Amino acid sequence: MSPAAAAATAARATTTTAAETHGFLSPTGVEIAFLLVGLVTFGAAVVTVTTKQLVHAALWLVVALGGLAVEYLLLTAEFIAWVQVLIYVGSVVVLLLFGLMLTRAPIGRSPDADSGNRWVALAVAVAAAAALVWVVVDAFRTTWIDLDGAAAGSTAVTGASLFQSWVLPFEALSVLLLAALVGAIVLSRRTKAKATATPSPPGPPRPPGPRSDVPRSDKEGAR
Amino acid sequence: MNDALDVALRLLVVFVVFLTFPLLVGQAEHKVMAHMQGRLGPMYAGGFHGWAQLVADGVKFAQKEDVVPAGADRRVFQLAPAVALLPYLVVILAIPIGPGEGAVGEVVDAGIFFVLAVMGVSVLGSLMAGWASANKFSLLGGLRTAAQLLAYELPMLLTAASVAMAAGTVSLPGIVDAFEWWWLPWQIIGAIVFFVAGLAELQRPPFDMPVADSEIIFGAYTEYTGLRFALFLLAEYAGIVVLSGLTTVLFLGGWHGPWGEDGLGWVWTLLKAAVLAFVVIWLRVTYPRLREDQLQKLAWTLLVPLSLAQIALTGIVKVVIA
Repeated sequence: MSPAAAAATAARATTTTAAETHGFLSPTGVEIAFLLVGLVTFGAAVVTVTTKQLVHAALWLVVALGGLAVEYLLLTAEFIAWVQVLIYVGSVVVLLLFGLMLTRAPIGRSPDADSGNRWVALAVAVAAAAALVWVVVDAFRTTWIDLDGAAAGSTAVTGASLFQSWVLPFEALSVLLLAALVGAIVLSRRTKAKATATPSPPGPPRPPGPRSDVPRSDKEGAR
Repeated sequence: MNDALDVALRLLVVFVVFLTFPLLVGQAEHKVMAHMQGRLGPMYAGGFHGWAQLVADGVKFAQKEDVVPAGADRRVFQLAPAVALLPYLVVILAIPIGPGEGAVGEVVDAGIFFVLAVMGVSVLGSLMAGWASANKFSLLGGLRTAAQLLAYELPMLLTAASVAMAAGTVSLPGIVDAFEWWWLPWQIIGAIVFFVAGLAELQRPPFDMPVADSEIIFGAYTEYTGLRFALFLLAEYAGIVVLSGLTTVLFLGGWHGPWGEDGLGWVWTLLKAAVLAFVVIWLRVTYPRLREDQLQKLAWTLLVPLSLAQIALTGIVKVVIA
């Protein structure tokens, strides 16, 4: 059984499969809201990749990620929604903005914002989206969430399924993240060692320190 | 119909709290600072004890011209104060002040995650302000804000996770319900780390590098005048209210107290939060500002290990008593 099919069977335990009672022609309020928020999210995402203003792209990304969080909420996955806001809006976008501000963040348009790879990127994005949509549609074809019953995505339910059914993928992901963490530390340490190993210009010996490659005059000017 | 009325009433109460409590903290800051540092300025307006100083400040802010610099990114510049302020309004909705459903704006299932997530959003306001001002000092302030948030978000989350482990729930009323008096010594390290990290996230002294007025002229807010600047100040005071309330609820037992828990529990919550808000102001007038590298060092080499140790301690005790 494929993971998607397994997920679908797991989901069927908590949701109704009676597709006959749900028509596409008489949508409920929640379904309409879901569609509208989805459109907003999609629009923000398109603006994110097409705008020529770098920081505006990051801010539109906030709208797209926030819209996604609202979609999770509408699907009753409250825990995932808040974690989405916490991690993506609160940390990833802040990191992104930090990087932009540290390197370059001109106000107004950046004429060189477009990469030569953009058609390849578009092809990869469309392929990935098609694969994901196909998997999700195939797995949850006629599954409807019962909004009147117990929440299917509350913290308790998510925690139980994560640590009972999906413990192994969870642990594998943890190891992957740990490897990425160690790798990042190794990479940053190596570049630093190289920087200090380069011959320094003649002058009085400087005390070793984290910023010993900065000329002394610069240091004093900065204070 | 009754439900709609109930929701409207709750929203109204939360809104009133949001409008008044930060002003109370602002007034307290004026007075406490004036007494602790012998400042005479805030003691004149209105006669007795300078009670009208805050009103005078408000009138002054409202009269000032709202200037947007010519080189600024107009829309982002104007939107930034709202992004900084509104998340705190949403957070206040989820903080319980008494037992039962009647004393909280809205019971959120994953309360801790909700509160910390939304608080993190308000920092985006400072970043937007710092970038959109087209001012080098503002950009520096924005950079420092981002670096500070990234450093202090982690210990805050870890210590909150420690309390959630202890209580076995992530809902804020649930955590206070599960509170016992001996949690206080058990979670004391976590409480201190959470409070310090929260101060840093609010950019309150001694962690006010991003706004350091004597170095980078108020950082991200350099170009702001009038009401928009006042909104940023209000966001800071609302942040103090939220941080004090959250620390009370997570670590100090909320409405639990030696007596009077049943009817007057909310008094305990407010009292504890008020004491914490006083401590926030006290720290401002007591300690000098940390340097940027000291600030990062404090977070990564002291607070993060301490919060990890707290989580380990929580886990061990939890297993032993289970």
